Amino acid sequence: MSKIYYSETHEYVKVDGNIGLIGISDYAQHALGNVVYVDMPEVGDDIEAGEDFGAVESVKAASDLIAPVSGAVVEINEHLIDNPRLINEDALSNWIIKVELTAPDELDSLMDEAGYAEFVSNQ
Amino acid sequence: MTDNKRTCLYHRHVAAGALMSPFAGYDMPIQYTGITEEHNAVRSSCGVFDVSHMGEINISGPHAERYVNHIFTNDVSGAPVGQIFYGMMLNRSGGTVDDLLVYKRDADSFLLVVNASNIEKDYAWVVENAREFDVEVENLSEELGELAVQGPEAESVMQQVLGINCGDLSFYTFREEMLDGVHILVSRTGYTGEDGFEIYAPHDAIVAMWDALMQSGRVAACGLGCRDTLRFEVGLPLYGDELSDDITPVEAGLSMFVKTDKPEFIGRDVVAEQKAAGTTRKVVGLEILDRAIARHGYDVLTPEGEVIGSITTGYRGISVDKSIAMALIDSRYATNGTELLVQIRRKRFPAVVTSKKFYKKSYKK
Repeated sequence: MSKIYYSETHEYVKVDGNIGLIGISDYAQHALGNVVYVDMPEVGDDIEAGEDFGAVESVKAASDLIAPVSGAVVEINEHLIDNPRLINEDALSNWIIKVELTAPDELDSLMDEAGYAEFVSNQ
Repeated sequence: MTDNKRTCLYHRHVAAGALMSPFAGYDMPIQYTGITEEHNAVRSSCGVFDVSHMGEINISGPHAERYVNHIFTNDVSGAPVGQIFYGMMLNRSGGTVDDLLVYKRDADSFLLVVNASNIEKDYAWVVENAREFDVEVENLSEELGELAVQGPEAESVMQQVLGINCGDLSFYTFREEMLDGVHILVSRTGYTGEDGFEIYAPHDAIVAMWDALMQSGRVAACGLGCRDTLRFEVGLPLYGDELSDDITPVEAGLSMFVKTDKPEFIGRDVVAEQKAAGTTRKVVGLEILDRAIARHGYDVLTPEGEVIGSITTGYRGISVDKSIAMALIDSRYATNGTELLVQIRRKRFPAVVTSKKFYKKSYKK
């Protein structure tokens, strides 16, 4: 059973064991508008919580992707290379990278689903 | 809370759910339904933009024509009333104070339409340089609103929805007339690469026309987001990107609007020399050979990794489905077909120099 956590910069990580699927929230995809490009790291790259690991580009601008947790990239969502708009269709199913968590304690500083819902209602 | 100014249509934009954002000191609509949809509406049918933030400065008096020719790169001498000119005001180093339209209203009266971001600078410049000329300079920016009705159906929308007959207006001409008791100015101009019109009028009349256009169901409300993607795809410059106080129009590839056969205008010596001898920098088009998008300020490099300039505007083209950009680079690399690199965040992507006219204009001459 996976559990979802959110960061204040609107990335989520869906965690199952020590594997996390990282993407952007539905709120974020809506705020961005049409996604035209996703800049992803490569398999094998390390990402560090709080640091950028890529970007999501709408027509208008690029938005950095900030890692909610630290980890090693084990897979990237290759469907997004040719179909970046999948993120607009369903941001939660269309994760961007799959990581192996290296510091699971970091999850404690993220919001759960209810906490994030409250967070965005105040935005 | 912000201290930004609002156009006369601000409340219409907010009520329509537009995404509002600060631009040139105004809270302006960036998009209503989406940049792509609005962009496509202008290319295929008709869209309307609130461009009331644009500035209007009137120059009148016995020396008006001489004075306009003194501060403007294009040549207005001997033009018929109703003619419009595109060109620039230059500083003494040849850099661009602003790019603008000049409307010849009468033998001794000209209207300058300037960028919102430059209204105060331009007005000060026009006043400061007028000391030895017998002219009156008036800033009308606060009194006039402006709509841009753009797209292949613009002419019929103007006629059928607004009751303004534009069939006799040719490209870059205008007419002043009374509409429902209000004085308006209508021109066949725009900033999209499509046929279209711009209407200048007092605020109440602008709001009434906006409401009529919305109620007609024939026109998409368009924000500044697609105004930028539309102008970019046809290679039109934006002040702050392709032109600035330290970029000359010759560097920006706009020599045809710089009439150095005129005996005199501010900045003439520099741009005349550049037209004759060439420039060390040039604005070019780039096609990025990847899906990655080059944004304003990103470095442009040679294949060996030497930085030779930077991106001025870049998008995933909407009408042209490619990653395209304009860049100000070292002229030695400005030939079409030259292979370069663009630094996009951590990676470098191959790019090739192309024409800036990524998409063909469809003006009705």
